[in-house]
Amino acid sequence: MQLNDFLNHTSEWLKGTGPHSDIVISSRIRLARNLAKASFPHWADKLQGKVVLEAIEAAVKKNNYFKNTASFRLDDVDAVDKQFLVERHLMSMEHAQKSENKAVIIDTDEVIAIMVNEEDHLRIQVMQSGFNLFEAWGIINNIDDLLSKELSFAFLPEWGYLTACPTNAGTGMRGSVMLHLPALVMTRQINRVLAAIAKLSFATRGLYGEGTQASGNFFQISNQVALGHSEEEIIENINGLIRQIIEQENQARQALLSKNRALLEDRVNRSFGILKSAYIISSDETIELLSMVRLGCDLGIVNKCMDRRTINELFLITQPAHLQKIENKKLTSQERDVKRAELIRTKLKIQ
Amino acid sequence: MLCDICGKNPATVHLTEIVNEEMTELHLCETCAQAKSQQMEQQFGLSDLLAGMADFDKPVSGEETISSQCPNCKLTYTDFKKIGRLGCGECYTAFRKYLGPLLKRIHGSGEHAGKVPIKLAKTISRKKAGTEELRLKLQKAIETEAFEEAARIRDQIKELEKKQQDENAAE
Repeated sequence: MQLNDFLNHTSEWLKGTGPHSDIVISSRIRLARNLAKASFPHWADKLQGKVVLEAIEAAVKKNNYFKNTASFRLDDVDAVDKQFLVERHLMSMEHAQKSENKAVIIDTDEVIAIMVNEEDHLRIQVMQSGFNLFEAWGIINNIDDLLSKELSFAFLPEWGYLTACPTNAGTGMRGSVMLHLPALVMTRQINRVLAAIAKLSFATRGLYGEGTQASGNFFQISNQVALGHSEEEIIENINGLIRQIIEQENQARQALLSKNRALLEDRVNRSFGILKSAYIISSDETIELLSMVRLGCDLGIVNKCMDRRTINELFLITQPAHLQKIENKKLTSQERDVKRAELIRTKLKIQ
Repeated sequence: MLCDICGKNPATVHLTEIVNEEMTELHLCETCAQAKSQQMEQQFGLSDLLAGMADFDKPVSGEETISSQCPNCKLTYTDFKKIGRLGCGECYTAFRKYLGPLLKRIHGSGEHAGKVPIKLAKTISRKKAGTEELRLKLQKAIETEAFEEAARIRDQIKELEKKQQDENAAE
């Protein structure tokens, strides 16, 4: 398997299927695990880091369950490819910063991604389309069990899985759900919702996780507390919160439809119009406009609607590294804006 | 809308800051937003926050008696306060007295209630992972008046407790 294979492939989380996929883009669970006695990546010397990397790769290779995965060592991955993996949510921005003894192990469906030597020795991730945390938990729980047969994880009965940062200790689990909330943003209710989320000690992030701002009405919501509750309880708590937000977004959508239909139709169709006719377009503007079109399609107020999968795909392939991979060369920001507009026009014409 | 900081360029980045439950909105141009986010990162790195918290967590007793260096990876507690990251799993044992209060402060609770690695499951008392979870299920079953289910769970708990007693006796 090569990285370029992913280009012609729809990531699991982009499929636009699964429960509540009009509002919930994807559900993801990650587990932080470390090998007992070994220094954490930031504290390990070169040799220790290498030993950990090789032990983890060997453990994965040994099990038939992982036969459709490949390990990419970041030393062999160039800058555009690293960015490409970040855009596909297969690794974090932090992981892309340095490459020594770091790797990412990915399966062909892009459901599983295991970052090796990120902040912890292992950051296992499972992604599912739509509102599906328990499904993701089932898969990742099994992966964790399989790996723990080969590897001894750092663990204390009272504090659970031990991690480089004490904020992750305990279950080492973070469940996050990516939401598309355009109606809450348009009706200016979003700040109230975000404040409530923060009060309940959940975190809100942007499209690309840690340290990114929300753009195009996309919000990633995840648990902060990892110790003191079982994995199932944590997921149930996130689910309860997400269900309420979905309900609020739905109410806001209906309110817009009944009270301000013309305004909504105007914004959606203008957005569609710009995407169909622009010759220069930035990544940010693309996300904003696609967000409106997605809303329009969900509510059935666009004449010739695209399916959700195509819209989701457009979000991804118009990102900087994806454009450069498609064109197979380095592009400046200005060149990308032209190519991006061209790509969008072509895709929308086919539809 | 113009940028709140330079007042020259159009604002394209919109930040919401929440401080003490007070929300402020900032509308910035790309250049100022980048400067601002770098500045914020410098000011509010998670490691700084943690280090700050760790500082307050003086151990309840025996200030000088616990080792301030991890015997396994040689990280000192001072290192941890500086970088906000521990050095290895053994650090948790070495700095146990300091980390207990810190973990409580972060997570609001001090005891792990989640899964246990398969390899250790046999050696670690399964009380937490086993009966407690079952007891919760039992409670739920009773609340929803699923009495047959409840009876089944009750028997499971009994069986598990008996097993644990036998195991303890064998040891």
